[in-house]
Amino acid sequence: MTTAAPPVEPASPAGRHKKGETAPLSEGARAERRLGLMLCAPAVIVMAAVTLYPVGYAIYLSLERYDLRFPNASKFVGFANYGTVLSSPIWWQAFLVTFIITIASVAVEFVLGMALAFVMHRAIVGRGLVRTFILIPYGIVTVVAAYGWKYAWTPDTGYLANLLPSGNAPLTHHVSGLAVIILAEIWKTTPFMALLLLAGMALVPEELLRAARVDGATAWQRFTKIMLPLMKPAILVALLFRTLDAFRVFDNIYVLTSGANNTRSVSILGYDNLFTALNLGVGSAVSILLFITVAILAFLFIKIFGAAAPGQEVD
Amino acid sequence: MSTVTVPAPRAGRAARPTGSSTDNSRLLAWTTVNTVIIVVSIVPVLWLLSLSFKTPASIPDSHFIPRHWTLENYRGIFGTSLFTRALLNSIGIALISTFLAVLLASMAAYAVARLRFPGKTVLVGFALLISVFPQISLVNPLFNLWRELGLFDTWPGLIIPYLTFGLPLGIYTLSAFFREIPWDLEKAAQVDGATPYQAFVKVIAPLAAPGMVTTAILVFIQCWNDFVFAISLTSTNRSRTVPAAIAFFSGASQFAQPIGSIAAAAVIITIPIILFVLFFQRRIVAGLTSGAVKG
Repeated sequence: MTTAAPPVEPASPAGRHKKGETAPLSEGARAERRLGLMLCAPAVIVMAAVTLYPVGYAIYLSLERYDLRFPNASKFVGFANYGTVLSSPIWWQAFLVTFIITIASVAVEFVLGMALAFVMHRAIVGRGLVRTFILIPYGIVTVVAAYGWKYAWTPDTGYLANLLPSGNAPLTHHVSGLAVIILAEIWKTTPFMALLLLAGMALVPEELLRAARVDGATAWQRFTKIMLPLMKPAILVALLFRTLDAFRVFDNIYVLTSGANNTRSVSILGYDNLFTALNLGVGSAVSILLFITVAILAFLFIKIFGAAAPGQEVD
Repeated sequence: MSTVTVPAPRAGRAARPTGSSTDNSRLLAWTTVNTVIIVVSIVPVLWLLSLSFKTPASIPDSHFIPRHWTLENYRGIFGTSLFTRALLNSIGIALISTFLAVLLASMAAYAVARLRFPGKTVLVGFALLISVFPQISLVNPLFNLWRELGLFDTWPGLIIPYLTFGLPLGIYTLSAFFREIPWDLEKAAQVDGATPYQAFVKVIAPLAAPGMVTTAILVFIQCWNDFVFAISLTSTNRSRTVPAAIAFFSGASQFAQPIGSIAAAAVIITIPIILFVLFFQRRIVAGLTSGAVKG
């Protein structure tokens, strides 16, 4: 290229402000502010229009009695829909199921993801190959993978169901159905967890580990006393993302069990209320409660565990 | 599998002072571990591939390699508009959403990475909130809104939510890439006599392109993957995408054997993912981790 000139000029002042500068805004700084706001405006407008307005609308709908079969009989009922939902065993069952799926899948993914990250970090052969192949579960359409598992675990169409004593159809029972759902979640999302952990692992200085080894630290001590603390930011981000993602589990359950035998998650419940029960008011109340739960989880992660929100300015 | 190709440990084969038998057994161990990981990653997909080539009668035989091969399942799905139209919808909707998301996200990411302006933290926090937002919470209100606005069961009806969820991913990934670009080169090129336009096209654009390609792939995969909006905000072939259409195969009477058809359709929509993974492995890994973990 003809343009590969070395950067002879000192850094332009416009892009290099120090934080905490208190001088009055110069003409250039004001222009920069304007440009920054203008560039962000389209993205912000789209995101706000498609989330804030519908959420507001959902809150309004959740306070209405709104049955799609009788749209003209709608009326304001206050928090009655929330009362209906929160006093219903169906909601609490769905909440419990969602909780179990989240805890179990994130816990197993963390352990497996750490092991996988370790393999990719340390393997002496085939690192690129492993990275390529684990991207398949990450990239594959969740519904497609779910069908793969569904047929695998269904007698007559599957190789896994045939390994079980005959007459066993795991997807038709509560506990084994949940287990298959959790397995499908783990298979799909462990690579994502592993790649985030690998990125954190790559930041641990080799010299530190070597020094500890010379000082007689065992492999386990090196892992728990040096690697884990240094990887904490990466671990928290990985756990934050996966926990919140697992909490909205929908696709796998829809395909694997359709929520039969009490395997409904909160998201499936919200969907069923709208499209099966046609009750927009109660469905909206479920949506809002799910949203509030996710917001609380995110808050807990960021405030209590001190997870840094990704993209946050760290100077 | 590949474990077979590893030579058996033979002491003293290489003239290395530390016994090469340990080296070889370590090699064997790593190869075994890698093989297990690879097999676990692809077996569910291979099973669908196998089912898609089986004749209806041989589907229950649980052999991984079909005994009776057939292309009937593929001929079947490509012979019906239920699938071909859904494929067209999937491709069109995902491409348009990706293009718009990368366009808007690169503007915002440029600002986040390079400019100082008030509200930057709010923007980043807002984007984070959206990226973890439960999609089902939007389905209820959007379902009603879209019916009132005439967007229900249309392409824009899906493009708009896909764009919304593509933007946070795009902004994170791109702002991480943009931070790494040596922007001073632009000034340097101008000092050397390039016009601002030339400096942008010849210097900055080539440096920014890899990050934008990576982001486009990640956003495309996310749109291609969606199921929640696709089944909730569509009702006919007009805009139903493949993941949603597959779910309706089961009840469709024109399919004598939905399992084979579903498997074939599943294989077809997995092809673009496999191509991305094969050709852009490094970029996808870099993109996935750059936005979340700052190095």
